[in-house]
Amino acid sequence: MTTITDILATMDYGPAPEDTGIVTDWLERHSGGFGHYIGGAFTKPGKTFDTINPATGGTLAKVTQGTQSDVDAAVRAARAAQPKWAALSGHERAKYLYALARHVQQHARFLAVLESLDNGKPIRESRDIDVPLVVRHLYHHAGWAELMEDEFPGTAPVGVCGQVIPWNFPLLMLAWKIAPALAAGNTVVLKPAEYTPLTALAFAGIASECGLPKGVLNIVTGDGETGAIITGHKDIDKVAFTGSTEVGRLIRRQTAGSGKSLTLELGGKSPFVVFADADLDAAVEGVVDAIWFNQGQVCCAGARILVAEAVAERFETLLKARMAQLRVGDPLDKSTDIGAIVHPVQLDRIRELMDQGVAEGAKLFQGTAPEGCFYPPTLATGVEPASVLATEEIFGPVVTLTPFRTPADALALANNTRYGLAASIWSENVNLCLDIAARIKAGVIWVNCTNVFDAGAGFGGYRESGFGREGGREGMAAYITPPRQKAKKPETAPAAPEAAPRTDGAAEGIDRTAKLYIGGMQARPDSGYSYSVNGPKGGIGLAGLGNRKDIRNAVEAANKAGAWGKATGHNRAQVLYYLGENLSARAAEFEERLRSFGTGKGKAAEEVETAIRRCFWYAAQADKFDGAVHQTKSAHVTLAMHEPLGVIGIACPLAHPLLGLVSTVLPAIAMGNSVVAIPSQIHPLAATDFYQVLETSDIPDGVINIVTGPRDDLARTLAQHDDVQGMWYFGTAEGCRMVETESAGNLKQTWIEDGAERDWIGTGGQGRIFLQRATQVKNIWVPYGE
Amino acid sequence: MTVEAKTPNRPQTHPVPVRTGTESGHARNPGMPLATEMFEGHAINRSAAERRAATLTARRSVKKLHQAAWLVNAIRCIDLTTLAGDDTAARVRRLCAKALNPLAPHIKEGLGLGDMRLTTGAVCVYPTMVRHAAEALEGSGVPVASVATGFPAGLMPLDLRLAEIRYAVTEGADEIDIVITREHVLTGNWQALHDEISAMREACGKAHMKAILATGDLQTLRNVYAASMVAMQAGADFIKTSTGKEGVNATLPVSLVMIRALRDYGAATGYRIGFKPAGGMKAAKEALAWQILMKEELGREWLNPDLFRFGASSMLGDIERQLEHHVTGRYAASSRHAIA
Repeated sequence: MTTITDILATMDYGPAPEDTGIVTDWLERHSGGFGHYIGGAFTKPGKTFDTINPATGGTLAKVTQGTQSDVDAAVRAARAAQPKWAALSGHERAKYLYALARHVQQHARFLAVLESLDNGKPIRESRDIDVPLVVRHLYHHAGWAELMEDEFPGTAPVGVCGQVIPWNFPLLMLAWKIAPALAAGNTVVLKPAEYTPLTALAFAGIASECGLPKGVLNIVTGDGETGAIITGHKDIDKVAFTGSTEVGRLIRRQTAGSGKSLTLELGGKSPFVVFADADLDAAVEGVVDAIWFNQGQVCCAGARILVAEAVAERFETLLKARMAQLRVGDPLDKSTDIGAIVHPVQLDRIRELMDQGVAEGAKLFQGTAPEGCFYPPTLATGVEPASVLATEEIFGPVVTLTPFRTPADALALANNTRYGLAASIWSENVNLCLDIAARIKAGVIWVNCTNVFDAGAGFGGYRESGFGREGGREGMAAYITPPRQKAKKPETAPAAPEAAPRTDGAAEGIDRTAKLYIGGMQARPDSGYSYSVNGPKGGIGLAGLGNRKDIRNAVEAANKAGAWGKATGHNRAQVLYYLGENLSARAAEFEERLRSFGTGKGKAAEEVETAIRRCFWYAAQADKFDGAVHQTKSAHVTLAMHEPLGVIGIACPLAHPLLGLVSTVLPAIAMGNSVVAIPSQIHPLAATDFYQVLETSDIPDGVINIVTGPRDDLARTLAQHDDVQGMWYFGTAEGCRMVETESAGNLKQTWIEDGAERDWIGTGGQGRIFLQRATQVKNIWVPYGE
Repeated sequence: MTVEAKTPNRPQTHPVPVRTGTESGHARNPGMPLATEMFEGHAINRSAAERRAATLTARRSVKKLHQAAWLVNAIRCIDLTTLAGDDTAARVRRLCAKALNPLAPHIKEGLGLGDMRLTTGAVCVYPTMVRHAAEALEGSGVPVASVATGFPAGLMPLDLRLAEIRYAVTEGADEIDIVITREHVLTGNWQALHDEISAMREACGKAHMKAILATGDLQTLRNVYAASMVAMQAGADFIKTSTGKEGVNATLPVSLVMIRALRDYGAATGYRIGFKPAGGMKAAKEALAWQILMKEELGREWLNPDLFRFGASSMLGDIERQLEHHVTGRYAASSRHAIA
């Protein structure tokens, strides 16, 4: 038997087990299995599957595999509850969210223990990180509920939300999903992950304990099939998914054209950049928090260390010494750093990827791990950019280390990924930190810290890490909708362009040549064909018949115009004002052009005048639609910066040949994007006149590119293009579906609408919504203190 | 300059080894010339240090029998201290009595340590109290530590400060806790700081020197790191956070920076330096926290009294209460324990 004298010799920590009695008793009482939580009550268990404790392999509970009829029942309950829930005052909803926050706090240890049992994460993390963040999130959103009418006037909840969450932070992801949804007046059908359903079921009990109205929150358990039933359900208005990029892509395609709004929080392969002047000990500890937090099963884990060559050796030495102190083992022991991998299937995946990495030349330095569903902390060196370890999300406690030479080199490596969720930057030089923070393509940037979260700041990715934000004001935007009016008469597909010569419609005066406008040059279409443009009395001219190669060239030109995004808002404003000035000078000509399409005199004048005003309005906004400093943690500045998406493809509506172009292109470029615009297919000549105005208005080459031709064919090429970051499409229902489906390739952000829905002349034709669509929010965390 | 380390009326050899210096198995730091490149430009990020300090003690938990052992170990590392204007010979004798018998016999028995010779790491007093302490501890092997050099502010002429060291050593001090001139740090006068501490080290002779940096006065963690490094380059055996008299005393983030400095010094020179947080630590829980810090950042060896001390006076009382609870299962009252 161990004595104090023995311990004095070793000074070991000894066991420090968390008592699980209350939770295991609760599980024992539910040994018959759990049903779903639908309409405020638990259903009888159906066909069940086991959820295991990954640390022991033992079965914790049986939970029900959700079927189509289960999901139907849950959606019906949510639909029935939604009007009444939305009709409550913000204050009333706030009271419920406040109660949920309070009750989670009161059941904090129960939830922490249950989470660690089901997921395998160390009790320290579930106790000190997961559950407190859940509470914080609920409180924060009780606040948004209270303030809905004041802060989001004129908006409405989206309706019934289908939410599918992952297994890495089961309860926290539930809170991130349901809190904004409920605050805004939506109701929810949520499916927790197959491996980790238990805290969601416990939370359902808490919802009942708080008296949350029946049907407002519904929990359906099951595997991916159940998830697919939810995301594909016809009576769900909004889908929110957190999980793998692979499944996110499937959901993007599944929901395409359904009218559902969609937010996706997907995978990552986040860089962790250590400059030579960093506090190396701090950075080493940062790696621990980045990749050995939650067994590395973190979407925003800093999985790629990039370290300045000058300090790489010392950094590696310090890191290896730190690794020796990491304790891998029983998640319920309070001295455990790294717990169990969530499931043997995940462990197999990690091992498989590591085998592949080693075969590709990686060298591994590993700590130790016990037998069972555990994986040791691992440092992989000798990993080249093409290696599977550098490109694939491993979702395990594995980090790669790559030296870099210069800041530019670091940046190139950091951005050499399909993903763009997060990044961590370590340097004591604030100039360097903020420069790199601005240039890394990621939604969350941590300066001299990592994996810091707060409900007050938005979280979400760029690129294939998804779109939409969770947390803060920007997170609320995903659960509200501006008032929309259905088009009285939906837009119908225009006739295919007629590219054969025709015999009627000789124009007066000298013939005018409309070309494409690419990279600041007037370009002949690659096809060598032109198509007829008709006025009310027949042909009025010819326009270039653009094809996919023209789109390719235009996107290339747009990508070269990146400096525009770095120009100041003031610079961009000047260009837009000048554009308005030059358009004004040629107002009569444009009116004439519009009249040639059959627009009445007054309407033509109004459209031109409105276009000029919009130049001024977006010029005014160029330096004003700025970000925020979020209230998060003490001694942190959390900057929410609005950044352009990059290249946006815009398929303009058929109507309003000038205004449809101006109203969409201007907000995009005002925010620093460059665009490839497909003007009104039937009346493209206002747009081709417009490029002459662009040429005289100091618009840099490539910022606006215009390709005329068959809209939907060109839009498809844009939607499929992997180097286009956003796609706006105003057209037919079929076109909307096509754009959303094809956007899944690189998960570009889409904005689709019936071309006839919006009143382009009226207030619907301009506004902050356009600017929001033209930007994404990057949250930069900068802790301070000397 | 030669200094007699022991007073004539103290035995030259202790009946049990003094747990300082070469007897404990590592060579004493001889110091080195000032080398500013070892600390200038060394980045310390405060928020990261605070984060590490805050999570460190949440990452490790010591319970039950292990906790009792860790608290016993803490006792072995305490420099039981009285540094008050009203200190008297009797007061110091009482402190020494507690140092020699830090736990009530029934607690010690209950812990299964009946045969163990358990004392605090040292007793720490003002120079004029050294003689009383030395007499009270004679033959016990418990070293006497004395503050010196114009403690706590240190703003006395250098020759007087050096004379004070020699006086304390002559009186029987085995260890000298010196204070540095904060001005040298705040003005970046590293050479002056190095010269001063080197002179103090020389005055200490065989007595071990703990350099008090008064980190609450130095304010920035960069200053703390730099001052730590200069003190070690000047021959400090220990670096110590505080006098207990500054506005802010020992904190975990400051301690973290200091022990990383001593780690770096050790890596560069091969010499092991001890660490002593001091001031404001009152609870047994803090005793665990600092030991976790030492074990995690430096390893097992820095849990021995030759490399780690607490400068504390009231912490022992709380430890004794916690240990009685461990033994009896009942919560304890300090009125039932001997006071220091």
